Amino acid sequence: MSNTTFDWIASLIKAVIIFVVLLQLVPVLIWLERKVVARMQQRIGPNRVGPFGLLQPLADAVKLMAKENIIPTGVDKLVYYLAPVISIVPALAAFAVVPFGEPIHVAGRVVYLQVAHVNIGILYVLALSSLAVYGITLAGWSSNNKYSLLGGLRASAQMISYEIPVGLTVVAVVLLAGSLDLLDIVNQQVKQGIWNIGPQFIGFLLFVVASNAELNRAPFDMAEAESELVAGFHTEYTGFRFAMFFMGEYVNMVTTSALATVMYLGGWHGFGPDVWYLNLIWFILKIFAFIIFYMWVRASWPRIRYDQLMGFGWKVMIPAALLNLAATAVVIVVAKERATLWLTAVNIALFVVFLAVLRLVNSRQLEQHRQVVPQPDAVRG
Amino acid sequence: MTWIPFVLIAAVAVFFALYLVLSKNAVHGALSLVLVLVSLAIFFLLLGAEFIFIVQVAVYAGAIMVLFLFVMMLLNVGGAEGPLRENPSWQLAAAIVLGCVLLFEAALHIARAGEGVRHFPQAIAADFGSPERIGQLLFSSYLLPFEITSLVLLAAMIGAVVLALRRFP
Repeated sequence: MSNTTFDWIASLIKAVIIFVVLLQLVPVLIWLERKVVARMQQRIGPNRVGPFGLLQPLADAVKLMAKENIIPTGVDKLVYYLAPVISIVPALAAFAVVPFGEPIHVAGRVVYLQVAHVNIGILYVLALSSLAVYGITLAGWSSNNKYSLLGGLRASAQMISYEIPVGLTVVAVVLLAGSLDLLDIVNQQVKQGIWNIGPQFIGFLLFVVASNAELNRAPFDMAEAESELVAGFHTEYTGFRFAMFFMGEYVNMVTTSALATVMYLGGWHGFGPDVWYLNLIWFILKIFAFIIFYMWVRASWPRIRYDQLMGFGWKVMIPAALLNLAATAVVIVVAKERATLWLTAVNIALFVVFLAVLRLVNSRQLEQHRQVVPQPDAVRG
Repeated sequence: MTWIPFVLIAAVAVFFALYLVLSKNAVHGALSLVLVLVSLAIFFLLLGAEFIFIVQVAVYAGAIMVLFLFVMMLLNVGGAEGPLRENPSWQLAAAIVLGCVLLFEAALHIARAGEGVRHFPQAIAADFGSPERIGQLLFSSYLLPFEITSLVLLAAMIGAVVLALRRFP
């Protein structure tokens, strides 16, 4: 068997495994999200179908597939059919470059534990996530519905805006690693002795917030804000086409979590012996930690207003990400070998200052509020 | 056998380029422009320039998104209405003449560089088209054009801000 044939077969097997696992994760995540959010809101969540409601997603899937497909009048048929496909394909394809383990040796050949080992992996993920917005925008436009269109327009403006801070925080990580290869980024974190969440803590926070907005998840789910836009871009979608939007959203969530794990949390490295199956477990644990965090955010925060969202993106996120990038570059050039140490110290100091300022502002606002609205004696105690 | 993917992608690119010109629907046109640019990006991939492939996809995809927004917000939202009917007759003549000039130019170049194309250098440097090489070129040989481009972009950005801030009566 020649080397090329071997590579082809290995890639094919890996691609099929990733594809199946990602798609099978979707029902699991939907169940998990419903359960987690329910617990946080003092409800029980799905509990009728199967033990702990575990079969609920299966029932939902059957329901969605058996549903009548309604196509509203006046839709642009081609684009209307295409939009759900466009929203799920980039989500699945983006995972192709995410490494989930050290390269292993099989029969004297190196097998990378990622579908494709490309030396510009991180740019590939960014490029595909910039394609993800097409699905939502085209769905909103083709549905021939004002609410859908508004949702689509909102989503595109929001995702274009929040792509910039995501890109800028990624560039800061790339500066630290000196490579666009996701494998190198992981290895560099091990070499520098501390995961990038240390020297890039501010960047990590910015990335988490911006990626949440790019995923269109609450509190940034302006595209489907049901209190304003019925259901936003997917108002006119029924049955399996609606399910495809859902799948795209959840697969995107997994991919973003995996990217955050690789960039900031040392990828598959953890405590204990360095064997590939333990590494895989670490990697999955970290991804799920991120996903649960996103669910937690969704359960805790109300949806913010659209103008607040855009103002926050352009006036806070982008300047902060730019400053973070500039500071990182300067420290790397000036401090050279000790850059990691300095960056970690500065980041933690800045974060503490930030928390202190936030607390001060909050308490002052609370004070003003108390002066304006006199509290009844019973409450004051 | 390397010509098979080339011909396939080229056919896709030409088809959607024609569709872009002939389509009466602005959104369909923008969508086919995306496909044209993605197939051009795949040419870069076939040439071994992965970095340029990704940049082409990321940059042009983002730019066309703005085009889409223009179509939806400024032109008629329905988009399916008839074409914009204002083609002066000289436009057709000018298009034909300019197209012929462009074709002639391309033919001339291919005829002159034909030898070079056929004897494609077998050994391409391993780091051809890599981000490192492009970065070094941008900040050495092409520093002046690079800086001028960034100045032009800055001017455009300031212009946009000024236009947006103007108070209309």
